[in-house]
Amino acid sequence: MVDVTDKAKKYRSVGYYPGCALEGTGNGYDVSTRAIAKKLGLGLRDVSNWNCCGAMEVKNVDPKIQTYLSARVLSQAVNEDRMDVVMAPCNGCYHNLKKAEYDLAHDPKSVEVVDKLSAKAGHKAYKAGEAETIHALDWLKEAIGEDGLRERTNGKLAGLKIANYYGCMYVRPRHIFPEKDKGPGSESTSQPHFMDDLLAAAGAENVSFPLKTACCGGAHTLSDSDTSTKLVLNILQAAEASGAEVIATECPTCHTGLEMHQVRAEKRFGKKTNVKVLYFTQLLGLALGIGPRALGIHTNISDSMDLIIEKRLT
Amino acid sequence: MSGQAAYPAFAGIEDRIDAIAVDGGSEPVRAAAELLAIGEHVLESWVRARGETPTDARKEGFRLLALHRQGARGEPSFNACRETCRELVYHYNLLALEPDHPDTGHRLTLAAMIARHLLLFVGGKLEVAGLGEFCCSSRPLRAVGH
Repeated sequence: MVDVTDKAKKYRSVGYYPGCALEGTGNGYDVSTRAIAKKLGLGLRDVSNWNCCGAMEVKNVDPKIQTYLSARVLSQAVNEDRMDVVMAPCNGCYHNLKKAEYDLAHDPKSVEVVDKLSAKAGHKAYKAGEAETIHALDWLKEAIGEDGLRERTNGKLAGLKIANYYGCMYVRPRHIFPEKDKGPGSESTSQPHFMDDLLAAAGAENVSFPLKTACCGGAHTLSDSDTSTKLVLNILQAAEASGAEVIATECPTCHTGLEMHQVRAEKRFGKKTNVKVLYFTQLLGLALGIGPRALGIHTNISDSMDLIIEKRLT
Repeated sequence: MSGQAAYPAFAGIEDRIDAIAVDGGSEPVRAAAELLAIGEHVLESWVRARGETPTDARKEGFRLLALHRQGARGEPSFNACRETCRELVYHYNLLALEPDHPDTGHRLTLAAMIARHLLLFVGGKLEVAGLGEFCCSSRPLRAVGH
């Protein structure tokens, strides 16, 4: 078992795998992650020449190819960049890298495919256990922690009511996250709380939100937009009914879905909701005194500026 | 949004959930039981669509949780509604055990939203993909003959 202080030290400088979404629709997540790293004095070094993690599309064609694609990212980190920790803020990337790690540790066929494709592509094959994949929530929770945030933010988010929305990929399936559900201090797969903990340390009031790991309908977006819109609308309405002014997100797919379908729900069903949607890194950035523009808040579809000004967060 | 359930067999249930949320406050225990029964009906439909007989077993005292476990067997993406089922049970308990609590109206509102989420999620899966997997923990579509 790694001592907490060892983890704090280990995570102060990590490999950074932004993934495709953070270079596109999730740009605000990328910008705000980098901004708070700088502010907190944490080292982020991009994995060089990274590729797509395989996302969900590749997995539907051939899951072993997805395993290879994620393994190739880890191989770059380990063999080219000499990294031992890879931080992936996107739930999809995080999930896929963790799944590849699990498959390579438990499935000889996956090892065979990854070895074969790595040789064909001309790079060293990644071996299970050579790197540790963590989420942005793990990174901040361990490297800075609640006490560190409390000291640096002086309760700046006080009076802001937040519904923390984790989506379904961060904790599922349980078996690929062996470090979770280990009691106090570890993350829970049934009631995740790391985002709640970090934002509470910055002064926020977390509301009790029953849909924090419910499906956002992301996979339905193109095939059945109305179902996606209804799922999102239900999440937005539940957040409002729970008293939230803001939904904090930690997944670019969920975040974009919430924002897009908030607009669509009004157009398609005449249902308007007013709850704002911000990445948790944007909220922590505001708490740390970083300006909204430097956090990419202007790139969000959800316009939160009125609330940010009202709460004196800028 | 009435009558627009993604899965035709679920048409009308959304309206019923809305009605329970509005009118159920006077009889919260009955309303909670009906929402739980709706959840069971939704999961029964999923299990039947897989060609199985819905279980009558209970898990942690609730058939809903046993049905979820049955429905998720071999279908990893179905676990995306695991906590939704647990939240429905939790809110049922709150309403059934503390019907006179000052937050009962609020709890009923949330319970209805949770039931609606389960309905939309399962309805969407049944309608869009048949029984194929589309989600992030999916199996290859071709493996199930799509």
